[in-house]
Amino acid sequence: MLSKRIIPCLDIKDGRVVKGVKFLGLRDAGDPVEVARAYDAQGADELVFLDITASFENRKTLVSLVERIARNIFMPFTVGGGIGDIEDIRNILNAGAEKVSLNTQAVKLPELISASAKRFGSQCIVVAIDAKRKGDSWEVFINGGRTPTGIDALVWAEKAARLGAGEILLTSMDYDGTKDGYDLELTKEVTQKVNIPVIASGGAGKLEDFYDVFTQANADAALAASLFHYQEYSVKQVKEYLKERGVAVRS
Amino acid sequence: MKIAIIDYGMGNIHSVAKALEFFGAAISVTNKKNDIAGCDKIVLPGVGAFDDAMAELEKQGLDMVIKEQVKNKKPFLGICLGLQLLLEDSQEAKDKKGLGILKGRVVKFKAGAGQKIPHMGWNDLKVISGDCSLLSGLPTGSQVYFCHSYYPSPLDESIIAATTDYGLEFPCVLWKENVYGVQFHPEKSQAVGLKILENFVNLC
Repeated sequence: MLSKRIIPCLDIKDGRVVKGVKFLGLRDAGDPVEVARAYDAQGADELVFLDITASFENRKTLVSLVERIARNIFMPFTVGGGIGDIEDIRNILNAGAEKVSLNTQAVKLPELISASAKRFGSQCIVVAIDAKRKGDSWEVFINGGRTPTGIDALVWAEKAARLGAGEILLTSMDYDGTKDGYDLELTKEVTQKVNIPVIASGGAGKLEDFYDVFTQANADAALAASLFHYQEYSVKQVKEYLKERGVAVRS
Repeated sequence: MKIAIIDYGMGNIHSVAKALEFFGAAISVTNKKNDIAGCDKIVLPGVGAFDDAMAELEKQGLDMVIKEQVKNKKPFLGICLGLQLLLEDSQEAKDKKGLGILKGRVVKFKAGAGQKIPHMGWNDLKVISGDCSLLSGLPTGSQVYFCHSYYPSPLDESIIAATTDYGLEFPCVLWKENVYGVQFHPEKSQAVGLKILENFVNLC
């Protein structure tokens, strides 16, 4: 049976982990490879690395970092942040990432989704959607959540899937950072709309939040950052909790 | 023990190379005929579209090299797309034939069976061929990482060494004599995947 996935997310700047990871026993908590190893040991199912660096020179740093990660950990990971064209995608996949995550550029240039899905296969093209409640719908934001687009998140999710996205990484801007749980309503709407896997993101604070997003909103995977980085819970604890309650997770 | 990892510009080789090295193999990441012929074993990785990958192999003359080496009974491991290319053709590519080393075709998961496409994440192996050396030490229920929309459907069902259940039971490990193919990513499947790569290094 296909397991529900638990995915820690790391923000990367200039090849280093930002938003400090407070693990004990790491020689260098800013080194993405060290942190990835620690999550590997905890039984994380995948990792997401979001590069928040903007400049061109640093894109090369990112590619060499991806190679270093691929040589050191034997688990799947997704790389996102600032990916602009087919060449960027090729470089990151060839460096060893399982998937790339497109966000702003996919909104600006939806053909990038279809072109890259055709070239590399849908299975490695993730479309990340940052959504914020607006009346009784949700609006898509780009540029790291700074720019509203006027686009309806459900319409966009459906379009992205139709263009060939293989997965949606859905972040609720309303819930992100609140620790009040995932946005179950938004997640449920999206999982009902598309027939590709959906990763829920934003708001995880308690063990129940993971249970709820899988059982009530049908998410395929749940992503969290600070909850894991600050060791409020380990991936292992989350999985044990879910397993006891009958959710299929990998042990 | 020297293993050639065929580098034809289609996807990730670093994790595979590192894992095989870890188990004591010398690695040659190469697209050169002589290098490949000089190695004891061959790995064909692959991420991307079937037709592009096949076109790339043909352009570099690697299709002929692979067929020749397989015929010479050299142990061969195809991973993900690298497995699919071993078959005769794929629903993903109407105008491009595969290597045809294994009879059968590559088909797409059907939408509407309650299963999402792609099949993405960790799923269970059901071991069919208990004597398959590649799966040595791995019981049914071992979990591996999948990331695909197409799966192999060989003509000869006796070459199916393991299956996985995803709406239907699909073949995920093929084995015919010296030829092995896995639909999942052993290089991304942590301890279980590493065991498979170790088994490949240790094949006689």
